This record gives sequence, C-alpha cells and structure tokens, in this order.
Amino acid sequence: MNHQFLPNNEESRREMLESLGLSSIEELFGCCIPENVRFKGSLDLPKPLSELEARRLLTQIANVNKPVSQMVSFLGGGVADHYIPAAVDHILSRSEFYTAYTPYQAEVSQGTLQNIFEFQSLICMLTGMDVANASMYDGASALAEAVLMASSATRQDKIVISQTVNPQYRETVQTYADATGLEIVEIPHKDGQTDLDAMEKAIDDKTAAIAIQNPNFFGIIEDPFPISKLKEKGKKTLLISVVDPLSLGVIVPPGDYDCDIALGEGQPLGNPISFGGPHLGFFAAKENLIRRMPGRLIGQTKDVDGKRGFVMTLQTREQHIRRHRATSNICTNQALNALGAASYLNLMGKEGIQEVAQQCLQKANYLKDKIEALPGYSIPFNGPVFKEFAVKANRPFEEIQKVLVEKGFLPGIHLQPYYDGMDDWFLVCVTEKRTREEMDRFAAGLEGV
Amino acid sequence: MKDRDLIFEKTRPGKKGYSLPELDVPQKENILPENLQRKNPAPLPEVAEGEVLRHYINLSQLNHSVDNGFYPLGSCTMKYNPKINEDVARLPGFAELHPYQSEDMVQGALKLMAELEKYLCEIGGMDRVTLQPAAGAHGELTGLMLMRAYHKHRGQDQRKKVIIPDSGHGTNPASVTMCGYDTVEIPSDDKGCMDLEALKEVLDDKVAGIMLTNPNTLGFYEENISEACRLVHEAGGLLYYDGANANAIMGYSRPGDMGFDILHFNLHKTFGTPHGGGGPGSGPVGVKEKLVPFLPTPMVEEEDGKYFFDYDRPQSIGRVRSFYGNFGVLVKAFTYIRMMGAKGLKQVSEDAVLNANYIMEKLSKSYYLKYHRNCMHEFVLSGKKQKDEHGVTTTDIVKNLLDHGIHPPTVYFPLIVEEAMMIEPTETESKETLDKFIEVMEKIAKMAEEDPEKLKGAPYTTPVRRLDEAGAARNPILKWEPEE
Repeated sequence: MNHQFLPNNEESRREMLESLGLSSIEELFGCCIPENVRFKGSLDLPKPLSELEARRLLTQIANVNKPVSQMVSFLGGGVADHYIPAAVDHILSRSEFYTAYTPYQAEVSQGTLQNIFEFQSLICMLTGMDVANASMYDGASALAEAVLMASSATRQDKIVISQTVNPQYRETVQTYADATGLEIVEIPHKDGQTDLDAMEKAIDDKTAAIAIQNPNFFGIIEDPFPISKLKEKGKKTLLISVVDPLSLGVIVPPGDYDCDIALGEGQPLGNPISFGGPHLGFFAAKENLIRRMPGRLIGQTKDVDGKRGFVMTLQTREQHIRRHRATSNICTNQALNALGAASYLNLMGKEGIQEVAQQCLQKANYLKDKIEALPGYSIPFNGPVFKEFAVKANRPFEEIQKVLVEKGFLPGIHLQPYYDGMDDWFLVCVTEKRTREEMDRFAAGLEGV
Repeated sequence: MKDRDLIFEKTRPGKKGYSLPELDVPQKENILPENLQRKNPAPLPEVAEGEVLRHYINLSQLNHSVDNGFYPLGSCTMKYNPKINEDVARLPGFAELHPYQSEDMVQGALKLMAELEKYLCEIGGMDRVTLQPAAGAHGELTGLMLMRAYHKHRGQDQRKKVIIPDSGHGTNPASVTMCGYDTVEIPSDDKGCMDLEALKEVLDDKVAGIMLTNPNTLGFYEENISEACRLVHEAGGLLYYDGANANAIMGYSRPGDMGFDILHFNLHKTFGTPHGGGGPGSGPVGVKEKLVPFLPTPMVEEEDGKYFFDYDRPQSIGRVRSFYGNFGVLVKAFTYIRMMGAKGLKQVSEDAVLNANYIMEKLSKSYYLKYHRNCMHEFVLSGKKQKDEHGVTTTDIVKNLLDHGIHPPTVYFPLIVEEAMMIEPTETESKETLDKFIEVMEKIAKMAEEDPEKLKGAPYTTPVRRLDEAGAARNPILKWEPEE
C-alpha cells in the first residue's frame, strides 16, 4: 500500500526483500514471530481517513467542546488561562525543536541544550534557588519526586504536608508514597492557611520534609518565614515549597526563605491550558542537593577547539547509567513545554513578569472586594491573595454555576469535593486577561442568581 | 554571522518583548505585607520580540531533527511526525479547554479519550487503558504500582522481586526501585533472547512479576514468550510489557495475546507524536480485566451516549499526576491512528521491519554482528571489529556520521553487546535514504582501516565539536551568572 506517511513504494519493498533472499513480507515475519502468538485477524479499528476527512472529524469533535475563549473564565486550581505572546507558538512550531529527541548527541543538539541551560538559569532567577533541572512532567509529579528526593537525602521517611497544598498534588504524593512506604502526615488549615501549631507538633526527628504551597490552593499568600523556622524542630528536615511561577513577579521567592526544594506547575508560563496537559513541572533546589536531583541537568563546557557548548551532565544520577540505583526513573522531561516557558520568560522579561503578576494581584483583589460586598456571598478567609480566592455562597453552587454559564461565565471550581465543610464554596481565579467590565458583569451575574 | 550568545548576553535595560493592556482597575496599595513582597526583581532578560525570535531561530538551526535528516536512534522510534497532528491539537476546542470545566462542556474531549482507549486496547489486546501517564517511564511506574496493588489485594505482600533481562531499558530497573521493589537481572541466551533456564531459577513466591520488551532491545522477538508467560503466571507473578518497541508488531502480534497482564505504549514512538526534544511524551498503560479495579482515577466512562469521569474507584492506586494525561499528545495519536487504520498500522510495522533487516544485512559485511539472524524493527551492530583491528571506537564511528548529516544510532546499549550501535530506521525512511546511510557507514568502515586518526577527530563540520563532558561533570556550570 502507498500512504502519505510511508515513503517506500512496492518496487523498493520488493528490492529490499530480494536482497534478503525473501519473496514476501510474510516470510520475514514468519521467521521472527512464533505461530502461536501471531495475531490472525485484522485489528478492529475504524477505516483509515484521508487528511481532509481527519481534519473534518477532529474539527467536529473539537466543536463539541466549549473552549474558554468562548467564555469568560474564572477557572484556576493550578492551571489558568494567561496571556501567551504570539511569538511563543511560532518558536514552538520550529520542527528543528519539536522533531528532535533528547540531546544524546550534543554536537548536533546545541539548540535544545542551550535552551534548557537558559531555562534552568531563568528558573533560578525566578525562584532565587541555586540550581534547576530541565523540567518534570507537571507540578503534581514534581512534588511527588521532591518528596522522594527529600526522603533519600535525609534517610527519613515521614513527610509533613499542609492541606493547603493543591488536592491533586497531595493525591499524587500519596500514590507515590504508597508505593515506597513513606508516611504522609497532612496538616489541616486554619482560616485558609497552614495550621502552624499542628505542623510544629507533627515535625519530629523522622521528618524528611515539610511541604507547603505558596500562594496556597485557596490563593492565599502564607507567611513562609515562620514555616521555614519549623525545620529546626526536625533533625535534617527540608522545606519543599510549591509556587506559582508568575506570582514570583511580586511575591518573596523561595530562595529568600531558606527553602530547600522549590517546584511548581509551569503552565502559566506560555503554555496553553490544553485540558490539563501537556504542561511542565519546574524543579529547583539548593546547591547541596544537586546530586540527589531527579531529571536531566544541562551543563556548560567547551569543545576541543575551546568553543562554548552545552552537554547533559551529572548523568550518573540517571536511569540509563545508574539503572536501579538512579535518583529517579524519569527519562525525558517536557522539553518542548520548557521551551515555551523559556521563550515566554524571555519575551516578558524583567519588567513583564512584574507587570503580569501585579495585574493578577490587582484584578483578583478588585473582584474579591466586589464579591465580598455582594449580599449572599462572603470571603471566608482573611489572608492576602494573589490571583485566586475562595468564595462562600448562601445558595447551592450548582445553581450559581448553571445561571452563570448561561451568561457566558465559568464561575470557578467547586471546593466541596476537596475539603470538608465547604459545601457551597468555590475558588475564583482572575488572570491578567480579565477586564474590569467582565468582572463587573460577573459580580452582577452572581448577585442575580 | 552565526549568533550563539546566550539570551542573557543580549539584554539591555528597558527593552521589552511584550505588551499588556493598561491596568483597568483602581490600583490598591498594601495588598501584600512588606515581608511577603519580592525585594529584588528577578533579573530576567530585557530583549525585544524580534530579538527573541531570532535567538530561537538561530538556536533551532543548531539541532538535528527528524525533519532535517535521518535519525536512526534505536528504541526511540524517530519516525516522521505528521503535520496535521500539530494543526488539530491547536484547535481552540482542544487547546483552550480548561481541565476543571464541567463534563457537559467537554464531551468531545471525553469522547476522543474514550475512543483512543478503545483503539489502544485493540492494538495491545488489553481490556482497559489509562491515558494518564505522561511518558513511557511514567507508564512503567504506574504499571508497577498496579502490580503492587494487585498482589497486596491478594494478600501477597511478600512479592517484592521484579525480573528484568539484562537487555532491558534503564528505566525498567529504575522504575522498579521507585516502586519499592527489587530488581533481579537474568542473562540473555546465545541467540539474544531471554534465557528460560535462568528464568526458572529465579521464579518463586517472592516474585511480583517480570518486565519485558518484545521485540527486545536487540530487536529479536522473544521466541519463548508463551512459555515464559506460563512459567511466570504459574509462579504467581504478573507480566509487564514495555511498549517501547511496539512499532514492530502492530497487527502481527498483541501483548495481551502473548500473555502480558500490563503494558505501556509510548505514543511519541509508535503513534507518530513528536518527541519535542525530550518531551512531552505520553505513556498510556493497558491492563487485563483482573487489574482494572486498580487503574488510576479518574477513568473516562460512557452511559447513554454521555461521557463522564469516574472518580468512584475504591481500589484504585490513586492519581499519578494532575488531571487526565498529556491531552494534547492524545489528540495527535488519535489522529494518527485514524489516518492509518488497521491496514496502515500493519504496513507501518512491515516497512519498519523490512527497513531494519535491509540495513542489517548490508552492514553485516563491514561490521561485526553479534547475533546474525532476522531482526524486527531494529538491530544492534557492533564496532568491535574496528576497535580490535584499528583502535577506532563506536563513539568515533558515530561522530563521523554527524559530518554526513546523519544522527547516530543509540550507542553502548544494550550493555550485552560490546561497542553497540542500536539502529532503528523506522518505516518513514525511504530505501534511497537507507542506501545513503549504508554507503556512509561503509565509507566510515573503510576510513577506519585507512585513516583511523582522521576518524578519531570527528566531527569536523558540526556547530560545536566534541565537548568536554568530564569537565562539565567535574565542575558543573548549570546556569548563567553575570560576570563579577
């Protein structure tokens, strides 16, 4: 058969078979695959489509969905609809980037390598940490890896984690912990922030790490300094902080509060929301933890002529060298998503990252004040918020959702499935993309439910 | 004027590469207490948009990629990535969906996931598939967690050993360790297949399972797979299929029929989605009925034509990441499968296998081939002859390929072949390309005889030449820092 993705024609196939002394492809498979495990039938798949038909089908399927661009979205919870400069996708569309693989051959992979080196540098600048890796699958699995790393670095197996950390992240940590036998202790929240007394009590000699999120899942910026102090309660206890990279345009970075591992979801940096993936996790640590880090690290070096170049380095941590003694099983990272994040950071630059963070901060607080003044709604928590905040309603969330969706709004995330006692609470996220006019209409819509 | 400066070396105060609307709400002071404010702005670059673009276009041109040359990197399946996949994944109805939107707004996405699951079940001979894992290694970890949950459920907690042949991928034993298991390695026999006697010796009631790649990393179909499956099952273990090499068997053999209980697919290898310079991949995991209760939450289900996420899975291992998987990659793989159909996928495997055998046979004249028999989609050639006779290593050989615009094979793996070069041409390369590759490889073999010193200096024409890797590891420079 001839197909647009298959360049060999029948003549080439025949010539190749002949050169092997074979008369048919059947003969070739016959001498490889034993008869008793041969699949005899034909795979039951839909009939093949031409490109035009495929495009039509996929467009039809896509059109059944309701993208956020047709709505006014206040959805966050780790992934949010932020501004993406047009240049980002043009960079990502270079097939020299997206059709390459892991830079095993450095001499012909300098594009990928230099980009990751720059990405590592940018993440260090943003977080104030010493060293960053080439990226992880997403924020949730990055936290799970951080927990494993803390456990192996301290040789302790108890992890104290605040319930103000994203519920999906905690679920992921729990899945990884179940497999390795780590003990996870969750610390309840008090007024939407980590209960410090409870956390202090939970920390002991066996505590490998404390894990917090800042801004936390409720959007509140917790004071990380007293939390960081709690490390002293343990023996070698590390602090892991999950951060929103955009928030670091205005909020104190983890490097300033003696954080040992800082990580987070990199989606807000130039990556489309894409129904939750593919995105990237970023992962940074203090210098003393370099050799414990999971994932790829790119280092600067010189070639035989003395020219600057970049290579994958410290690979003795990794699975393809160290096999069962590796620091993690992670092989590829999310290189293309990291390229999106790096190009975003370079376009936004020193000023842009501050401006975008400031806009999120101002707009979210504008809407928060507005909703607080509405009858039937309240803001249940007191702490300062960055781009998200919890709202408590005196009517069922389902009703609010129904009415507002009809008016073209995505009102927020229902908190009831994740926290006890939050039946009609929801989480509202405001990015720099929202306008005052949209927020005013949204508030009016809430009032009208 | 080839510009290779770092973006940080191009920054000048006040330049910018973005624009945002003016803040349209009244600026409120003192939202943040002073101790929570950032003191010094992050020293990100200050560059104009056009400069950023030029920076990246110049960088892109330093890369070898599938779209600019042959890329026979073994076990990585560097096939052509259809362009329509890129287009459809960017449709607003996919790229602009928020994962927290209610199910009635994302019915198309759920349907696509449900259908893709069905296709993968059919191709693998499995009962259900989770699309959540983000990569092959992530799929392996998920699969092992399923194995663990299964044994635990049956009160067989003592099963902690996972058997892996010495030809297995490095991710296999690393995943085993991450799952709290221990690896037991078994040797290959003199035909490059799993040694059944060695397998029998390690089978006992401590065995949780075995991880196999089939065809294995030498490119050979495990001839005794049925017997191996019988033995492992008899001992109470499970069989895990590493789908890295599934490109060889589509429509010809199904892991589920071979006897495997768990498998992962690499959508970025077998189903034509791009490798992205090292991600994003996607590593769906398929299982047989008895393991379905343990699959991660949520699963996509359908009732009366309505699709929904099922979170009510009490025996599930939980989630292995946030949300539902690398959805954008799923869209591309779905499109690929729909454009190939059953016959097309079978042709893919046929061409992949034929291409590999063609090269192998031709190169067996100038290079040493440890196992000389028909391979499947890849084979492992050795530079042993050149090393023994002329002191030229596999590294030297493949660095010469770079000067010919060809990406080297996977080298020094699998570990059981000396000076290994693992070659996987894939089905998307024409005979003409293969002939050129063969010609270049023969030329290099000849050069090894005639001018080994020249060979050892390669590459000569690449953007950089051989790099000091030892120096990079000894004195790690992992980020740019301003000069004092």
